[in-house]
Amino acid sequence: MPPLAPERLKGFYVQMTRIRRAEEAIVARYPEQEIRCPTHLSIGQEAVAVGVCQALSEQDVVLSGHRCHAHYLAKGGSLRRMFAELYGKATGCCGGKGGSMHLASPETGMLGASAIVAGTVPIAVGAALAAALRGSDDVSVAFFGDAGIEQGVTHESLAFAALRRLPVVFVCENNLYATLTPLSKRQVSADVSPRAVAHGLPGVSVDGNDVLAVYEAAAHAVARARAGDGPTFIEAKTYRWREHVGPNFDVELGYRTQAELDAWMARDPLLRHARILETSGVLTAAERLALDREVEAEVADAVRFAKASPFPEPAALYADVD
Amino acid sequence: MRELKYREAIDEATRQAMAKDERVFVLGVGVDDAKGIFGTTRGATLEFGPNRVFDTPLSEAALTGVAIGAALRGLHPLLVHARNDFLMLTMDQLVNNAAKWRYMSGGSMRVPLTIRAIIGRGWGQAAQHSQSLQAMFAHVPGLHVVMPATPADAKGLLLTALTTEAPVICLEHRWLYEKTGPVAEEAYYTPLGHAAVVRQGTHVTVAAMSLMVLEALQAAESLAAESIAVEVIDLRTARPLDSETVCASVAKTGRLVIADTGWRSYGVSAELAARVGRECFGDLRAPVERVALPDVPTPCTSALERAYYPGAAEIGAAIRATLLVRGRAPAAPSVEARGKEFSGPF
Ligand SMILES: Cc1ncc(C[n+]2csc(CCOP(=O)(O)OP(=O)(O)O)c2C)c(N)n1
Repeated sequence: MPPLAPERLKGFYVQMTRIRRAEEAIVARYPEQEIRCPTHLSIGQEAVAVGVCQALSEQDVVLSGHRCHAHYLAKGGSLRRMFAELYGKATGCCGGKGGSMHLASPETGMLGASAIVAGTVPIAVGAALAAALRGSDDVSVAFFGDAGIEQGVTHESLAFAALRRLPVVFVCENNLYATLTPLSKRQVSADVSPRAVAHGLPGVSVDGNDVLAVYEAAAHAVARARAGDGPTFIEAKTYRWREHVGPNFDVELGYRTQAELDAWMARDPLLRHARILETSGVLTAAERLALDREVEAEVADAVRFAKASPFPEPAALYADVD
Repeated sequence: MRELKYREAIDEATRQAMAKDERVFVLGVGVDDAKGIFGTTRGATLEFGPNRVFDTPLSEAALTGVAIGAALRGLHPLLVHARNDFLMLTMDQLVNNAAKWRYMSGGSMRVPLTIRAIIGRGWGQAAQHSQSLQAMFAHVPGLHVVMPATPADAKGLLLTALTTEAPVICLEHRWLYEKTGPVAEEAYYTPLGHAAVVRQGTHVTVAAMSLMVLEALQAAESLAAESIAVEVIDLRTARPLDSETVCASVAKTGRLVIADTGWRSYGVSAELAARVGRECFGDLRAPVERVALPDVPTPCTSALERAYYPGAAEIGAAIRATLLVRGRAPAAPSVEARGKEFSGPF
């Protein structure tokens, strides 16, 4: 794979930082009780969304699940409209009717998210089927968690996509837990990708905290898909820092240890990428701080926009039903 | 009598059923974790251990079939879901197998299977985590659907389910979990299909279920100040549906309001209205009114959530409509406004 231009590498950092800062703003604002919906944060998992979406073109599409902020943002969704959605405002990306678990931005290729685990995996396959039938070279991506692999519909989707050699990339974000239950209590093997191989498509595992590794795997899968060589399954091993749903840390619940959390926080995907950029002379520490400030300003603007926006009119309740 | 919270009553019923009958075991996503389905499976986990209470993968469709198989081979599974929305993944096993195995086998086999699932509401849980889908299950011959409104019924109906040799779906409203009420200490069994008159009145009957029973009682209380005597019936089970108790009340009042936690169209309220129209046509002095969710999915934003959920005020307005009393609907605060607003845990 040809080396990435410095601007691209910086872009990866900015994308990840936007997700991190946006979700930190949710953490800071949640106690105000104006964000009135359950929020599942991706802090610690940013490299997966960014690495994958950076390998996509604008026409390509993604689908997601309950933990969808990162995918929405990485696929170019508006920050302002995301915050407006979280605040339940008419200016939100779903008019306030979807909320945190159903972010969508069809104009940038984010087709939506289901709060039913694995609910959108076959929908991504359907988007790929449409591309194949229409003769376009668009690729689609299904993002789901490690529990997504436990749903029958995921296996049916993998098998059908392989059968029809559809241009879809399955991205399993393996963050080791489903709510409070570790993977080892739910599946016999800690390695998820071999199960894709059994369905007849290549399955690879990557370090999901290494944005360049994720990008490389995704770029390869996307190229395969575009060339008509069919689907690929990518398992990205990563870790959720905060509680399953909500803004807090949750080590006190006892299902994971502080040492485990610390070890994963030491592998922070943002810092890791920043260090690479610094050592290779792409981005100095001072430049990085400046970029951080820009993103923070963008997030602050989005929060202001959301707060200042109106709630939907009552008639919106009955709109867009059938 | 001793008071328990609704969720504590569920926990106690589960433990008592397991102590009395070694065939009973508990499974489901998260049942044995530290939170234990908002505390309802925690006691059983600690008392009976991993052989009889265990977590499952997120494979709800398969696990429902697995539970049916275990039921056919002498066990009584208690399968628990944190939301009744997740039961949509299991509809094939529920509708095509569990509901009909006895019938299809000419009565040679039975499926003693209890399923608990929670109705979510509020704090922007939105379209897929707040549905109240009792009508979907109640439509199917062979399934039983119970919807306890009080801690006492949460215990008594669950104990009955766990001794019933058939599939029973217990739908528990999340907003009832922290409500307290008297609960007898010993095991007792509330029969399926027996509604309860929970407030006597002579002018209008309100038949309600689950959380709507509390809203109906609130509406009745505020109308009492205007000398309108409302009889409130807690339906307790959606299938079997006790229209007899409702008709006996309508014979006295001549007026009926039905308050459902589900959508208005094609639901339990429609079934009850049809039965009342047939069984006590001559007693009705006004059209039957229904208070239910408007026929739209649940919106996320709190601005629309407030308009979405009917409460005591809407029940009051429906009562007035049956009485043809003019004037503004009483501004009874809804259950949401009276308690601290629900904001999780989810
Ligand atoms: C079908 C279904 N069952 C249960 C749930 C409740 N639930 C929401 S998220 C979740 C855990 C999902 O874990 P995973 O897929 O690994 O994603 P993560 O939350 O770790 O990102 C559970 C059990 C659900 N939303 N859908």
